[in-house]
Amino acid sequence: MSIFIDRRLNDRHKSTANRARFLRRYKAQIRRSLDEVVSQRRIRDFERGAKVRLPSRDIGEPQFSFGQGGDREIVHPGNREFQAGDKLPRPREQGQGDGEGEPGEGGESMDEFLFTLSREEFMQLFFDDLELPRLARTQVGQLTELRPRRAGYTTSGTPSNLAVLRSLRNALARRIALKAPLERALAEAREAGAPQQEIEALERRLAAVPWVDDFDLRFVNKAMRPEPVTRAVMFCLMDVSASMDEQRKDLAKRFFTLLYLFLSRKYEAVEIVFIRHTSDAEEVDEDTFFHDRKSGGTVVYSALKLLSEVIEERYSDGWNLYAAQASDGDAFGADIEKSRAALEALLPRLRYFAYLEVGNASGRTSALAGAYARISHPAFAMAQACHRNEIYPVLRTLFASETGKAQA
Amino acid sequence: MSARKAAGKPLIAGSDWTFPRLEQIDLAVRETACNRFGLDVYPNQIEVIASEQMLDAYASLGLPIHYPHWSFGKAFIRHEQAYKRGHAGLAYEIVINSNPCISYLMEENTLAMQALVIAHAAYGHNSFFKGNYLFRQWTQADAIIDYMVFARRYVLECEDRHGPQAVEAILDAAHALMHHGVDRYHHPRPLSAEAEAQRLAERARHDWKNFDDIWRTLPARRQREVPERDRRGRRVPEEPQENLLYFIEKHAPALEPWQRELIRIVRKLAQYFYPQGQTKVMNEGWASFWHYTLLNALYDEGQVADGCLMEILASHTNVVFQPGFDHPGYSGINPYALGFGMYRELRRICEAPTREDRHFFPDVAGGDWQKVLDFAMRQFKDESFIAQFLSPRLIRELHLFAVADHSDDPEFVSIDAIHNEDGYRRLRTLLARQYARESMVPDIQVTDFDLRGDRSLTLTHYQRRGRPLSQEVNAVLDHLQSLWSYPVHLETRDESGALVRGAAEGDAEAEAEDEGGGLIIRP
Repeated sequence: MSIFIDRRLNDRHKSTANRARFLRRYKAQIRRSLDEVVSQRRIRDFERGAKVRLPSRDIGEPQFSFGQGGDREIVHPGNREFQAGDKLPRPREQGQGDGEGEPGEGGESMDEFLFTLSREEFMQLFFDDLELPRLARTQVGQLTELRPRRAGYTTSGTPSNLAVLRSLRNALARRIALKAPLERALAEAREAGAPQQEIEALERRLAAVPWVDDFDLRFVNKAMRPEPVTRAVMFCLMDVSASMDEQRKDLAKRFFTLLYLFLSRKYEAVEIVFIRHTSDAEEVDEDTFFHDRKSGGTVVYSALKLLSEVIEERYSDGWNLYAAQASDGDAFGADIEKSRAALEALLPRLRYFAYLEVGNASGRTSALAGAYARISHPAFAMAQACHRNEIYPVLRTLFASETGKAQA
Repeated sequence: MSARKAAGKPLIAGSDWTFPRLEQIDLAVRETACNRFGLDVYPNQIEVIASEQMLDAYASLGLPIHYPHWSFGKAFIRHEQAYKRGHAGLAYEIVINSNPCISYLMEENTLAMQALVIAHAAYGHNSFFKGNYLFRQWTQADAIIDYMVFARRYVLECEDRHGPQAVEAILDAAHALMHHGVDRYHHPRPLSAEAEAQRLAERARHDWKNFDDIWRTLPARRQREVPERDRRGRRVPEEPQENLLYFIEKHAPALEPWQRELIRIVRKLAQYFYPQGQTKVMNEGWASFWHYTLLNALYDEGQVADGCLMEILASHTNVVFQPGFDHPGYSGINPYALGFGMYRELRRICEAPTREDRHFFPDVAGGDWQKVLDFAMRQFKDESFIAQFLSPRLIRELHLFAVADHSDDPEFVSIDAIHNEDGYRRLRTLLARQYARESMVPDIQVTDFDLRGDRSLTLTHYQRRGRPLSQEVNAVLDHLQSLWSYPVHLETRDESGALVRGAAEGDAEAEAEDEGGGLIIRP
């Protein structure tokens, strides 16, 4: 007699550990492939997983095996017109190679190993080693906040905190405890043929045991505990004036998308403020920021001014402030120096300010970049990008882990 | 049709399965297989799993438990991708050569498929594992699961103690040499997790007892100059050793004991899988032959509904389909097709021999087919099985032909033999040779260990018919070198024993990058 065992409920992801090992081992190669993916991807697709291509030879498991050459005979099925002694031109490489070596693998191309990373794995690799600048140094142990935390149960509280399960369990216990002796007495009375009214009295007492009583109720208790918070706000500043053509906007969008993904993933309490500007600046929501069209002149200063106003108004206390600006660097006249001065005035309050100049393929420095270049402040960084696939490396350099540097 | 039982509903009908129904089917199949056809099987343990679990099982070489290694993750990803993109269906079953014989049924299969799989795996493969001489001699079905539990625990323990990287380096290197970790002539000692654990405990105890910190404080002894005449005192190994992993485990100069143990584990695994590689055609053919025969027998008894039989036959046909060489899906000879064809032919040769059969198989033609098949299953491996039993009729059916690919003709290949009167014997020999181990795995042996000199290791590739090694040889030698820690040389000799590429000292580096193997000297 055979034994049948239902294993369907057993652990289903036995291979997860091995898969993770594989990813860890080929991290460098996967990341290279990922750079390519990032450069081709639409912004909204970023939250999905990614397809990764690895050259097979990079991840091969070598064995002693035969190469091309030497003498051999191979038996094939399906002959139609060949006769013994026929001569055929030698087929190119693969035709013959199949006969041995890799039996029955089939289907998959031999030179490439293609697979899909899950969203988590993708994000993990994508943001690997990126650390919000200076956050670790300035924040740990400084900012604490009182937060309600679960702390057992109490006998009093608001109905919204009622712990239903616990309350009903208590009620059940109480009912069992109160009813059992009555039921026993009732049964005995019936057996002994006790007078009717005695039985009725017992039945009445039994019926009087309440289903839920006040003292069954339990409420979830919450205690306020101080907890360290890493709270930060990120300002995204973008020039959406006419001089920013579609391609440049696209680059800027990518830059912010990456920042946005990075922030929303890594830090729980990160607020993001989107400020776009043409000749005047306005605070907008995310969708408008990325997708709405608006044209006009360029006054960089307006954005910086709005930035400082917003800070005054909402984030003046207890926040780490980060700002990133994307622009094509087109700015005119007094605006340039005014902006530089405004930024310099802002910098001491900011943890970090990253300036990305997009779309200057010629490598010439714009007037704005020239002015910004004179700023020397540890919290300021600038970079240039003019092609999609440069965005990701730029992000990496801008936000290269400062904690590592601080320790070194 | 007249023989079919009229009474009752057929056992295998409809598409949904239930456990009680599976048990009934198992009973019916067992009855037919063991009592009517006399198959001898291990007890069966049939496990129902989900498709993800099937993928997991694939990735660890079919074993229910395995030590962790990235290559299994890679295999898993490959199978998962192929499956998700619909390139490959999942195997309907996996069966493990163990006692009790564990086979997996997939939850998603229909009732008819479950019946097919039970017949195929739990009775076909199972009886092959129990009967075939290679499995009997080289594997211990009783011990493998326990051994894998031991191996897994040991590997994890090593990772804790020495770090995953160090363990991975050894396993990578050992895996690269896995095909060369097989004893073909000495029978391996029986696997026993208990004995392994005890051996390790004893070793640890010995180390512990003899530990004396004072040895560490002794000044290092100066290296004694070995007189030149002593250098070649004794030849190690005395005979060429083809089990590279064994030689490394026993003789590598600089390995830690735990590293040797890891190599030993890989070697034991290689040994366990060795018969499967040698009997692919026979094993799959045998299982296919029996699921076909058993289910048809059940159908004749009225136990299988017509629709289910159609479904079973459809899958059967897919499994034993042999695309021609010019078919886009062609990837060599399908072992299911060849094996199934050969057993089916054997039965036919016994039951209805033609003149040709009597000429080719005088011993077998007209015999008792059950006895003949049993003999053919027990006493052969693919190479000898084909050499013995490939019938002219099957050669014609498959339209086999042989292509001669010789290096003296760079432009053309020639047709060596086709499925005609002159070609049968030649084709049979060639096909058998194709399944010989020498055609699949290069013959590389340890020929010298310079024990008293620079401790270098010399491997010899015994080249046959001028077939060179592939490019990968350098990567493999890197692995070997990392295990050996001293120089490793590879020389190539042809059939006459003449050096094709020798481990000449000195100006070898230049040649090392040469195409397709030859001599490689590592600094």
